[in-house]
Amino acid sequence: MIISVASGKGGTGKTTIAVSLALSILEEEVQFLDCDVEEPNASIFLKPRIKEVVPVSIPVPRIDQEKCDFCGKCAEVCAYHALAVLPQEVLVFPHLCHGCGGCNLLCPRGAITEVGREIGTMEIGRSNGMDFIQGRLNVGEAMPTPLIRAVREEAKKRRNPAAVTVIDASPGTSCPVVEAVKGSDFCILVTEPTPFGLNDLALAVEVLRKLGIPLGVVINRSGMGNDKVDFYCQENHIPILLRIPFDREIAVLYSQGIPIVQRKKEYMEKFRGMMNRIQESLLI
Amino acid sequence: MKQVLVISGKGGTGKTVLTSSLAALAKGAVLADCDVDAADLHLLLHPVVAETQEFWSGQKAIIDDEQCINCGRCLSLCRFEAIKALKNQDGSLKKIEIDPVACEGCRVCYYTCPVDAIRMEDRLSGQLFISETKYGPMVHAKLGIAEENSGKLVTLVKQKAQEIAEADGKPWLIVDGPPGIGCPVIAALARVDLALIVTEPTLSGIHDMERVADLAAHFGVTTKVVINKCDINWDNTRAIEKICQKREIEVIGHLPFSEEVVRSLSVGVPVVEFSLGAITEEISTLWRKIESSFQSEGVVLSDKKKAGF
Repeated sequence: MIISVASGKGGTGKTTIAVSLALSILEEEVQFLDCDVEEPNASIFLKPRIKEVVPVSIPVPRIDQEKCDFCGKCAEVCAYHALAVLPQEVLVFPHLCHGCGGCNLLCPRGAITEVGREIGTMEIGRSNGMDFIQGRLNVGEAMPTPLIRAVREEAKKRRNPAAVTVIDASPGTSCPVVEAVKGSDFCILVTEPTPFGLNDLALAVEVLRKLGIPLGVVINRSGMGNDKVDFYCQENHIPILLRIPFDREIAVLYSQGIPIVQRKKEYMEKFRGMMNRIQESLLI
Repeated sequence: MKQVLVISGKGGTGKTVLTSSLAALAKGAVLADCDVDAADLHLLLHPVVAETQEFWSGQKAIIDDEQCINCGRCLSLCRFEAIKALKNQDGSLKKIEIDPVACEGCRVCYYTCPVDAIRMEDRLSGQLFISETKYGPMVHAKLGIAEENSGKLVTLVKQKAQEIAEADGKPWLIVDGPPGIGCPVIAALARVDLALIVTEPTLSGIHDMERVADLAAHFGVTTKVVINKCDINWDNTRAIEKICQKREIEVIGHLPFSEEVVRSLSVGVPVVEFSLGAITEEISTLWRKIESSFQSEGVVLSDKKKAGF
């Protein structure tokens, strides 16, 4: 089973929930993926022993100046303006290239080959008996999605079909989130009971509905703000899976990089209960 | 006109709360919300929309079932897993489908389809709004659900906001940035005079602050740091100060944890207009520091390398 954790709004507690869930179900085989490749934080809490660091590249065109006759076809077909053809030279803008391969495929003279351009790394290791994989986007790179895709593919290759995969996604509602949650059996949306939390929760719900992924909500810092998130969930028939109270002690543990379930053992039961509820809801 | 961008790396550190307060303090700013896929600034500034523009960006492939001969060529060439083969019960190919969410509009399938069964359609990816608020004009946007090209929409929001600021002769453009370090953040950093990094004294906050500070440095943008909820963990607050000292980044404000912030959110106003407490005092001091930093080094700043896009 693949369970992703997303939120819309940042800083609501995705990593806290993903890490705590994973640590609470260790009687199962667990695979943990940090797909927030722009700002991967799960390793701060899980302290994995990284055994392998794999560079991740996207293919970008290289022009063979001998074969090229500057016909301009590659620039014409490129949807991302990553190529410009001058009378005696072809300029490649690798940061704009999405790696679709169109120029290579369509060059009439076979003058284009593709070479890898590193956009980040994939770090593979073990933590608390779990398999752990995280992506880390190189600073200055604009496109996280190919890296997230690489992490998901690597995880698929290594995964025992009986294992539970927990995915920590990035905030927002655009392409990196879609790539991280795609294909999951269930998505936990973490929110907080504030107008910001609600606004961004509603956006995230729309994304997941569009992708057809069943979802439930965790309300973090429950007790602060107002109860409009509750009303929203009720109106939209979204189960509230868990509430974590607004508690300074939890905030301090978080600040130190300590998962709540390691210090407050009662939360392990709560997270196991949440897991059971998710499994039951998927059987219906 | 000076452009101040609020970013954080990590989400939820207080970018929008701070941006809204700066908007209230600046008196005569143009405001822009560049967190286009989870925009929240409007919840505090209550813009009245004067003009809505459609944001068309990129294309998506559409397949004509009548013409398609199920040859599978597009299936083998698409690198974005956007083309799906629906199978019959006996395993034979029933139909080719294109997933509009996964399609990145590269046109490879369009160019290579042997029977021209694929056409490209322009994509309506979002909306851009030009609005009025009691604090000044505001440009904001809404990215379509599960759409891409958020970087381009950010660029458009900023362009509009700059145009308005220049036409109206406004002294400030204050921009609420997106979390992370990817394309929307890179787009938001363009032509910025000062990037304010809001962080919090948590290990995650520190880690993410360093990544986004590296990004700003990479594009030659001047940064200053604000430590929000500084009293949650003083050891970490000191650690942030040390890191900033080493990187020669000024820590321009220490904001205490304040329940008044949560209450101001529920009421929907910038906290500086809600509270008379320490939080308002700290933010006001911080704003005065920003103002005077431009007064004292205004000439120098404009000569500094700006991120050019």
